[in-house]
Amino acid sequence: MDLTKEHARKVYQAMVRSRLLEAKFSSLYKAGQIVGGVYLGKGQEAVSASIGARLVPGKDLFAPLIRDQAGRTAFGEDMLDATRTYLGSAKGPMKARDGNIHRGRPGDGVVAMISHLGTSISVLGGMLKAREIQGKLEGCVGATCIGDGATSTGAFHEGLNYVAVEKLPVVVVVADNQFAYSTPNSKQYACKDLIDRAKGYGVAGHSVDGTDMLACAAVIGQAVDSARNGEGPQMVVAKLLRLSGHGEHDDGSYIPEEIRSSHYGRDCMEVGKQQLIELGWLTEAELGEWEAAAREEVQLAVTTAQREDGPDPYQEDWCALAGGSYRDW
Amino acid sequence: MPVTYIDAIRDAQYKALETDERVFLYGQDIGKFGGAFKATKGLQERWPERVMDAPISEDAMVGMAIGAAIEGMRPVVEMQFADFSSVGFNQIVNNAATHYYRTGVPIPITVRMPSGGTPGSGPFHSQSIETIYSHYPGCIVLTPATVSDAYHMLLEGIALDDPVIFCEHKFLYRWLKSENYEGDGLPIGKARITRAGKHATVVAYSAMVHEAVRAAEMLESEGWEIEVVDLRSVKPLDTDTVIASVARTGRLLAVGEAFPWGGVTAEIVARVVKEAFHLLDAPPMRLNAKDTPIPYHPKLWAEHRPTPESISHALKQLLAY
Repeated sequence: MDLTKEHARKVYQAMVRSRLLEAKFSSLYKAGQIVGGVYLGKGQEAVSASIGARLVPGKDLFAPLIRDQAGRTAFGEDMLDATRTYLGSAKGPMKARDGNIHRGRPGDGVVAMISHLGTSISVLGGMLKAREIQGKLEGCVGATCIGDGATSTGAFHEGLNYVAVEKLPVVVVVADNQFAYSTPNSKQYACKDLIDRAKGYGVAGHSVDGTDMLACAAVIGQAVDSARNGEGPQMVVAKLLRLSGHGEHDDGSYIPEEIRSSHYGRDCMEVGKQQLIELGWLTEAELGEWEAAAREEVQLAVTTAQREDGPDPYQEDWCALAGGSYRDW
Repeated sequence: MPVTYIDAIRDAQYKALETDERVFLYGQDIGKFGGAFKATKGLQERWPERVMDAPISEDAMVGMAIGAAIEGMRPVVEMQFADFSSVGFNQIVNNAATHYYRTGVPIPITVRMPSGGTPGSGPFHSQSIETIYSHYPGCIVLTPATVSDAYHMLLEGIALDDPVIFCEHKFLYRWLKSENYEGDGLPIGKARITRAGKHATVVAYSAMVHEAVRAAEMLESEGWEIEVVDLRSVKPLDTDTVIASVARTGRLLAVGEAFPWGGVTAEIVARVVKEAFHLLDAPPMRLNAKDTPIPYHPKLWAEHRPTPESISHALKQLLAY
């Protein structure tokens, strides 16, 4: 695809808003204000925003994973959804019944992830298959992000094989950030590069440097366009490094210094800023305005969520069924 | 012309496809081949877009159904054997069954589980899995014992808004016949008094209802009148009907084909003891399969599961107390 100024700016602005929102979550976590854990996408914003920004809200489907605040933001998520969920407000999309990165709005095309990795691929496939049966598939794409660790699950294999067999317009973006929690890639997979697997599944494969913002926007954008144009499932493998622990409870001290100081240890935010400024697509002043607006948005979302009540266990109906008359306990 | 239990499964799916365009069928070999048990014979010819073959990927099959349900469809997934649903277990209990509670978006999928033992089927084609899916919140678990229930409960299950685990018993597929599908109109969640009696209550479900009735007939000549309760659905479990029966008889035997540790029979006993201890004239009893994998040889298998002989033996102990 021809990467336009407008699209590159859209990707980067989502990255900026996401980084600032997550920085706030990190502070709130350290201040003991968060209910449960915090899982950041620091260092993975270019990959995540590139997928979210190329999807069309209201039409496409997105199944984010734990490091996809940037993709959610780019796909149009209101900051209140994230802050309400992290702060335990009963007004969040999960009504405080589930937390942090498990939030979703399945009725609006955002799948609510479960912690069992790889399971969203077949779910996306089923959503798209339903649209095919309903005659509404034309021009739709479903995309999901996962990590290197998730590629070792049976669900990943079954799901990717399924969407390949059915030739569904699915984009699977693998953020190969070199560590699944603390486990290095050498104990995760034996192929030279995860992109080698694309051929085995019969899907198109794309490799990209996950720290290179413009490359991510172009390559991942192209993968989405290809899926949309009827070229079947697309697999993108983005090489990078997560610039945080697995969650904010983890200092990531198992990541060796030589990897931190390697090419993939660079921050995609810095890279993206340089790229846009060099192209003349963004000025320092504009970036300052974006950041100021984002900070204000973050502050408003946090103060709003902080004023809201948490769930009331005495008002909870404690029923897991939509058909409440069939409850057994 | 008489209809069988497997005819009921097939004809209910035919009716569901015919009357609701949101319904589709998904499973291994269910298309042109018509399924391992021919439960979908001829359906793909009639509805090629809504009767689809799946790869051998139970996790992805259920995941696909969850996705389609989010988009407004009513998927019916056929597990080739209930035993293989263990591979799709995660998607069922962690994704489908939690989804409504977590997100407010219901997942109206039906997972058909060809369940239970048949002679010579061995450890991996004989299992009864109703207990494990009942344990997790968020599923309805149906266990029809009659041709009419197989037909009506499958249709009713497909129409429910929650994930339904439909345990259809393979042993009943071909030998259990009926003149037609006419039933008594009992809704899901209501148990049936299959046989009235006054000396003891046997609570059973699925194929064990028929074994319990045979045991009751064996004891009839000795003057015992045994009441048999068919649970029909194990979740929700109709505790009221069970306790009403125990109020009449004072004695309870719960029979299930599943493994003995925990499970439906333990749940029945626990509820009766807790809520109706004062109605019991004898300690309640349970009878299940043995605590081993299901053996292959018919001679071993016949002793592994409860039989009319073992049920009547247990009843005699219960009546002698």
